[in-house]
Amino acid sequence: MIAKAIDKINKESMKQEPLSFKIGDSVRVHVKIKEGDKERVQVFAGTVIASDGGKAATATFTVRRISFGVGVEKVFPVNSPFIEKVEVERSAKIRRAKLYYLRELTGKKARLRQA
Amino acid sequence: MEGLIGKKVGMTQVWDATGRQIAVTVLEVGPCPVIQVKTAAKDGYVAVQVGFGSQKPHRLTKSAVTRYTQAGVAPCRMLHEFKPDAGEAFAVGQAIDVGMFDGVKFVDVQGVTKGRGFAGVVRRYRMAGGPKTHGGHSKNRVGSIGARDLPGWVEKGKRMPGHMGSVSRTTQNLTVVQVRKEDNLLLVAGAIPGPVGGVVFVKKALKKG
Repeated sequence: MIAKAIDKINKESMKQEPLSFKIGDSVRVHVKIKEGDKERVQVFAGTVIASDGGKAATATFTVRRISFGVGVEKVFPVNSPFIEKVEVERSAKIRRAKLYYLRELTGKKARLRQA
Repeated sequence: MEGLIGKKVGMTQVWDATGRQIAVTVLEVGPCPVIQVKTAAKDGYVAVQVGFGSQKPHRLTKSAVTRYTQAGVAPCRMLHEFKPDAGEAFAVGQAIDVGMFDGVKFVDVQGVTKGRGFAGVVRRYRMAGGPKTHGGHSKNRVGSIGARDLPGWVEKGKRMPGHMGSVSRTTQNLTVVQVRKEDNLLLVAGAIPGPVGGVVFVKKALKKG
């Protein structure tokens, strides 16, 4: 059970408009990065392979991409103010909630069926 | 005022000014009505006795109920004394709220840890225990508790199985993240001792300003 007081705090720390994407989507995550005084936006493009925490304020999602032949995964907090937006490029037809099996696959086998 | 009585509501996370994630403990602190003001002249020391929470009068003795009625305060579940800061004056019946932590950067939180019951040494003192594989027969056992002939007895203070938890502990120098006066809430970074709903004493940090 979550106390009412905590519910209220969580609501404040949640985004006004929730990000919309599904597991298996090819996404471009726009992340704000601060370097000294300057702020710039970096894009992390990849496949959403997992999302944890449902609709909670603490929810996260995992994006996987192959960068220079090396698999890279990043876990983003859904409600982080650093995340500007998430663009969905492609959706896929998937049969499970966590696509961890992609970690074992490379090349053509690591593709997902288009939705 | 040195501190106030509060209650652990639970834990969650907030974003700080730079957008970083901080794990916070939410504490319901105050409002604490003043029951008695102790003075050096009358009591030999200076303190302010405050209450917290509500208590049904029939659960208290008649003399205790009278104390509350004389102070003009509803019966409280918890009573505790705190030292007032120099130059501060409090009147009986006046309620002190979480606003006193405005501008305070660090606090110490004292609570009663979760009771673990009768616990073995592996859990209680993080001893290694015996081998878990290769047919180990003593995975969670104490092992040797001393030599045989010298000194010929078990040393005093030897760590052995026994009751664990349910003791008062203080976590020091917790960063105050937010003071929410409208809800009487105090958000501190990190964990504090005790279960959700446990009563805690929140004080201004002793070692850090």
